[in-house]
Amino acid sequence: MIEPHATGSANVATRPALVDSDAHCEVPKVDALFPYLPAYWVEHIQQTMFKGATTSYYPSKNAPGTGPEGRRQVGPPPASSLKLVQDELLDPSGVEYAILNCLYAIDTLNNPDAAVAMASAVNDWLIAEWLEKDARLRASLVVPVQLPALAAREIERVGDHPGFVQVLLPVRTSMPLGNRNFHPLWEAITRKNLVAGVHFGGAPGNPPTPTGWPSYYFEEYAGMAQVFATQLTSIISEGVFDRFPSVRVAFLESGWTWLPSHLWRFDKEWKNLRRLVPWVKRPPSEYVHEHVRLSVQPLDGPDDDPRQLLQVLEQLGSEEILMYASDYPRQPVADAEQALLRHLPESFARKIRSENARALYGL
Amino acid sequence: MVAILPERETRSRRARPALIDCDFHNELDSIKDLYPYLSQHWRDHIDTFGMRGPSGGIYPRFMDHREDARPPSGRRSGSEVTHSRSDFLDPYNIAHAMTIPLTSAPRMLNLDLGAAMASAVNDWQIAEWLEPEPRLRASLTVAVEDPISAAKEIERLGNDKRFVQVFVPGRTHEPLGRRKYWPIYEAAAKHSLHIMSHAFGSYGYPITGAGHASFYVEEHVGPAQAVQANIISLVTEGVFETFPTLKFVSVENGFGWVPSLMWRMDNTYKLYKDEVPHLKRLPSEYIREHVYLTTQPVEEPHKPEYFLQLIEQFGDMVSHILFASDYPHWDSDDPDFALPNNLPDAMLKAIQFDNARKLYNL
Repeated sequence: MIEPHATGSANVATRPALVDSDAHCEVPKVDALFPYLPAYWVEHIQQTMFKGATTSYYPSKNAPGTGPEGRRQVGPPPASSLKLVQDELLDPSGVEYAILNCLYAIDTLNNPDAAVAMASAVNDWLIAEWLEKDARLRASLVVPVQLPALAAREIERVGDHPGFVQVLLPVRTSMPLGNRNFHPLWEAITRKNLVAGVHFGGAPGNPPTPTGWPSYYFEEYAGMAQVFATQLTSIISEGVFDRFPSVRVAFLESGWTWLPSHLWRFDKEWKNLRRLVPWVKRPPSEYVHEHVRLSVQPLDGPDDDPRQLLQVLEQLGSEEILMYASDYPRQPVADAEQALLRHLPESFARKIRSENARALYGL
Repeated sequence: MVAILPERETRSRRARPALIDCDFHNELDSIKDLYPYLSQHWRDHIDTFGMRGPSGGIYPRFMDHREDARPPSGRRSGSEVTHSRSDFLDPYNIAHAMTIPLTSAPRMLNLDLGAAMASAVNDWQIAEWLEPEPRLRASLTVAVEDPISAAKEIERLGNDKRFVQVFVPGRTHEPLGRRKYWPIYEAAAKHSLHIMSHAFGSYGYPITGAGHASFYVEEHVGPAQAVQANIISLVTEGVFETFPTLKFVSVENGFGWVPSLMWRMDNTYKLYKDEVPHLKRLPSEYIREHVYLTTQPVEEPHKPEYFLQLIEQFGDMVSHILFASDYPHWDSDDPDFALPNNLPDAMLKAIQFDNARKLYNL
């Protein structure tokens, strides 16, 4: 049992080392991508109704702030320029590194040429306007996940840039990510030694639950944890970790308190049904410990009782599994330092603050 | 590593405690078992045209029902009340069992056929299960995707107090809280029937929020995700605000995920409560009051003490956990070994008996 720790790190005078495994930057408007788009698509965007990927994974008037203040804000879109990110995140938090995840909704573009062109433009924009201007930044490259072979080609094109440490994949997909159709994508991720970063969101067209479309965004948000659970089931059952033994997966903005009970069930079912998936040689929880990391947000625990949150942390079965994340520019409900890290022994807290992300991303 | 709990003294060595089984399957050997309860029109329809459900969605799977539960007649396991009695109800000291017939009635695309089959299933249950075996209570089958006809069926039989709940499949066309289904809840509430959702059931839509899975093992891990989507929907749509006496019983979905779901929903409420002004309380309060869960398949934590931590996180809601065997399905729990051996005796007895007796007024 992890007991709440009396002299937590909040008392440490010097600021502890911090790696932010999930911060965001936003394409301010589609014109910002023009320098990186072929003339055909610039002309198309200027002259037709097509304006790029305009879908948001968050409420459209509420993205990406939270609450009424986020909804009514004026001025530049949050996280839409390097200066904003420096002023609001990098400088005040003192992070050594922040991994930028740009949630430009490439997965909503059904036209395959548009999807490829927009993904390439976002990646070239990330390189030129972010990665090459601030050494603290690393980023996930974006791909047209709905077109695995073309996604693999994009990974080949830019995957060697030292600023790219990860491939961003939306957790909501039209088929589960372990599916064999995605294996070219996993192969390319492996070849370039990148992390597969599965992130909250996605808008593939099919409903976000096994029982159809919910009425409220509230439900989609709360239910996204179950989509992550499903993807984990798929990735392990399909043998992704057996076929690509060096693959590492980061679940981002996934929450993590759902994970232990999911693995209790999954390990049990594996014992019963492993004959159906004979390539899965070990209990699913062992693959998770070896291959999967999760960002610490959103921190879904009880309001009043750190003990129960620490119980779930212990049930994860590994100190190496969680990574600090700000979720900038969104304001998480629970502050990781207050709700969790200050209750931990310093060596454990240090792993979550920086060391686990360093190990995963080779920082 | 998967922890193996130390073996406890089998209860068969002493007298078995009385149990209330909240997941007991009464099975059709074939659709012809329903013929005495169907009109000539529908018998001819089934014989000469056939039954249509959504197509697709087939995985190789290697087990159906337990062979050792098959009656000497050779009919399907669980399809004869006399055999289920001597094979299970008597030896395991089952005081009461809730029947859950998993028939294809709710998935019929022809809604009139679905309604006729649902009525036939219920009449078959009365004649062939409830009449001969007074320990049984039954789940009412309805054509869920046609809530008007479903409400009529509830009206037809709702006064027969041997029916204690209305069966809805684990994966419906729409999330269960959507208004489409409210006629079912209104009729159920009127007759003091619970809503019981049993795992599985697939209507041709992807069985995950991320598309079609490939393997039966994914299907078999997935019900916990499906029922969470339905619970999120029932709470968020305000079903429990509108029908404050309604109870939702989740069967064969496990229960280890409940604390984390409640934490996440309460956090979601902090972010987005403006979107759902009809909710008057924290989501977890609705869940703690209205949602009940059955044991099989019990999650098997990697260390025995984690199960006690889970119980601690449930708090008062431990009184909403109900014993279930899933007899005679391949993955059913032997009542002697169904629960971890580190539970306090009083809690074990509550889960095995008292909680269900209270919920079902037995």
